[in-house]
Amino acid sequence: MPVTNPFMPVSVQNSRLIFESLKECGIRLVSALPETWLVHLIRMADDDPEVILVRLAKEEEGVGISAGAHFAGVKSAMLMQNHGFLAAINGIVSFAHLYKIPLLMLISYRGSFGERDPWQTQGGNVTEPLLRALGIPYFFLDSADTVKKRIRQAQTLAESSLQPVAILLMRDLMWEE
Amino acid sequence: MLRLECLRSIYSELEDCLVVTIMGAVAAELHSLGHRPNFFYLQHAMGLASSTGLGLALCLPERKVIVFDGDGSLLMNLGSLSTMARYCPKNLLHIVFDNESLLSVGGFPTATCTGTDLEGVARAAGIPRAITVRDLGSFNAAVKDATQSRELTTIVAKVEATGPAGYITDLSLLENRFQFRRHIQSLRQA
Repeated sequence: MPVTNPFMPVSVQNSRLIFESLKECGIRLVSALPETWLVHLIRMADDDPEVILVRLAKEEEGVGISAGAHFAGVKSAMLMQNHGFLAAINGIVSFAHLYKIPLLMLISYRGSFGERDPWQTQGGNVTEPLLRALGIPYFFLDSADTVKKRIRQAQTLAESSLQPVAILLMRDLMWEE
Repeated sequence: MLRLECLRSIYSELEDCLVVTIMGAVAAELHSLGHRPNFFYLQHAMGLASSTGLGLALCLPERKVIVFDGDGSLLMNLGSLSTMARYCPKNLLHIVFDNESLLSVGGFPTATCTGTDLEGVARAAGIPRAITVRDLGSFNAAVKDATQSRELTTIVAKVEATGPAGYITDLSLLENRFQFRRHIQSLRQA
């Protein structure tokens, strides 16, 4: 089963494409909490001397860290699972929305079609309704063809609108089986 | 010890720092001493002042960053201590005003009232320097030591659970936020 397989088939190639796209947008700080689909992305951020990686205890911290980076003039991105997005919601509302802080959130969309882990499924059900309720613009990243363009578009919108935007990382892009 | 006395005693030293405060009495009292463009008051999002200070400190290693936290806020984000300790920025000073209560919502006692020791929590999380102070002389000495040591420090300042009559200032949240960022940009260009 993927959850116990040490050779989890997370796409290295597409993780590399996402990471390179973030760097091309000028992202120089990445906050993250480990999750299976994000393992390569986090390692790439850790290995890159041009990028500050901040490993978090809880995703909500990432809102404060990205705000600090924004004040400092540094572009940042947040890597999290959709359950981490749920854990960050108060920070998103009462900091990022209240103070107009741009956030580029890359959220792995667990618990959707194809999900085998029962514990991920409830979070999958509520992810999009919550994004809509919060008024957070989002789109899906499910094909390598559009990764570069869409990450650039998301980053542009976050900076121009000074608000959080979400990119949902989908199974078809992240998982190879 | 009064929080306002602590703030007043180091106010002149804040001029060259980037300062992030929590909401409520801490923000109102610092503002009452005289607002400066290098002060950012996080008027909500309890717990994230320390995370904001960490983000600033990591991105601007040449600038001194001071966070004025509180027991209620820090208890909402104890994981922040472990994240700060993990990256250990030498330019970050974390001051926690511990009045053992959630003063701005009516003074309900927090867990520091019943024995939780934030200095101990900070030390166990890996913060290299952590100290509790109970009088103004010790507070000033601790701030001086932290500055000279150039090591990440958490100072837990035990203060009375008193504060100003109101918390709203004439500085709008967005004005404060844009002014703070613009001030930092001007420092980077200087």
